[in-house]
Amino acid sequence: MRKLIDMTRVLIPTGALGLGYDRAALALGVANRPDIIAVDGGSTDSGPSYLGRGVSKYSRGSTKAEWRELMQARAEARVPLVIGTAGTCGADAAVDWLFQITEELAAELGQKLRVTRLYSGQNATFLAKALVDGRVTPLPAAPPISADILAACTNIVALAGAEQIQAALATGADIVIAGRTTDTALIAALPLLRGDHAGAAWHGAKVGECGAIATTNPASGTIQIDFDARGFTFTPLGATARATPYTVSAHMLYENSDPFILHEPGGHLDVTAARYQALNQREVRVEGSKWVPGPYTVKLEGARIAGYQTVALALLRDRRYVENARAWADDVITQTRARVAARLGLASDTYDLEIRLIGIDASLGALENHRPLPAEVGALAIVTAPTEALAAEIAKMANPYLLHHALEEDEPMPTFAFPFSPAEMQRGALYEFCLNHVLHSADPMAPFRLVVTEVGND
Amino acid sequence: MTELGSLVEKVRSKNAGPFWLTIDVFCGNSDVFTRVAALPTARIAALFGVDPAQMKRFDIAELNVVKVSVPRPVVQGTRADRDMHGAAWGCLLAELEID
Repeated sequence: MRKLIDMTRVLIPTGALGLGYDRAALALGVANRPDIIAVDGGSTDSGPSYLGRGVSKYSRGSTKAEWRELMQARAEARVPLVIGTAGTCGADAAVDWLFQITEELAAELGQKLRVTRLYSGQNATFLAKALVDGRVTPLPAAPPISADILAACTNIVALAGAEQIQAALATGADIVIAGRTTDTALIAALPLLRGDHAGAAWHGAKVGECGAIATTNPASGTIQIDFDARGFTFTPLGATARATPYTVSAHMLYENSDPFILHEPGGHLDVTAARYQALNQREVRVEGSKWVPGPYTVKLEGARIAGYQTVALALLRDRRYVENARAWADDVITQTRARVAARLGLASDTYDLEIRLIGIDASLGALENHRPLPAEVGALAIVTAPTEALAAEIAKMANPYLLHHALEEDEPMPTFAFPFSPAEMQRGALYEFCLNHVLHSADPMAPFRLVVTEVGND
Repeated sequence: MTELGSLVEKVRSKNAGPFWLTIDVFCGNSDVFTRVAALPTARIAALFGVDPAQMKRFDIAELNVVKVSVPRPVVQGTRADRDMHGAAWGCLLAELEID
């Protein structure tokens, strides 16, 4: 579609930096003269360890390779490049990690840039006071929290919305590296700033946040969305990718517990009355989405250490052991626990020892209702203990049983397959998410910080 | 009686944040949608071991989609969690025998 003066064109290269995209589609997007390039850098979907440690899930090499191409696309398009939830988790350390990569690339590419960092990290003491004041409140299915739990978090972040991205853009940034943001905010920010339809801005952002997932060719990655005063137009840029009213409307289902409502800082999106129209074989027009303003809140995420883990894997191939795998595993646990009590003097509730049976019910546990016998069973022993050393010690105590434990006392000693030496694998700290709350903040910027830096050279 | 998964286009289960799971059944056409939508909520809740009162359910005729969302019985990534991305839950629904 030809670009009109009163529309905002957002180019979304991929659903997440590190996932890859179609280069030709990205080049087409740049040629279409976008007003901004926006890309997501993460989510909670891979679990609490990334937030807990403040690190990226994707490799530095992959991230740098893709970020290099996006920085080149930005230079060509001469518009701001914005990334949200940098380094998978959006913790301050992950923002600085991507900033360092950006500095290296600016030097390598000969680019002189203004880079604005938006930090989302939160102070536990400040939040503990806000909790007492009633300014931290739970969302549905939230765990109970306290000042102690907040203090135990290794990282707490708040999810920035459109206002904070707009503030970062207002610094004159060529590149914005944002910490934790909502997936949608980085796409909605510029259309909202320019007065486009608010319901369309958030709805289009939700459809676009995963790149080409809302098309017939998700792997093509790159899409473009035009926002205006009445709605938005969704255009896939991959050569074979098509968007239809079905692919676009169905995307509200994706990773969203309610397919009609999406909560954002300062209100919620309601798409109940949205109308989806095919403009042609591949583009979709959407109007009728509604933005409902509400109190200004930002969601909080936090992760803390819940112990340390060592795991070991034994493989049962003997048919009699496959048939009796659960009884065997229960026996191994009982024997190991007795030895831990006798030799380490540890109370049974100070650590956890579990054996998951891969091939039987490892993914669903008690909910599994499908029980044909497999050829073999993987016995995954998981020790969780208060220290790394203790977890390793207990796993080593389980080792003789995992290797040789017999179902009957009077049978010859069996031996089971171990894929590795050493048999034990130290997983380090086990992190857990412990916040599902919002922080009420009259000033959207109060919980966030901006740092503006000039990097690189001509 | 037929397995639900053999009738529909796709059953997709995902996290909706660390505290919720959401399962989308893409039925493909209105006949299949009608059969899937006839499933009692209590029967789906029992599959997942959750209280039906806590389950959100959306029967979306325009998309031929039945969607259910449940609080995760164990929070994503905690010690007892077996499935970081909530990937296997949809299999329970796909293997359910329906009329």
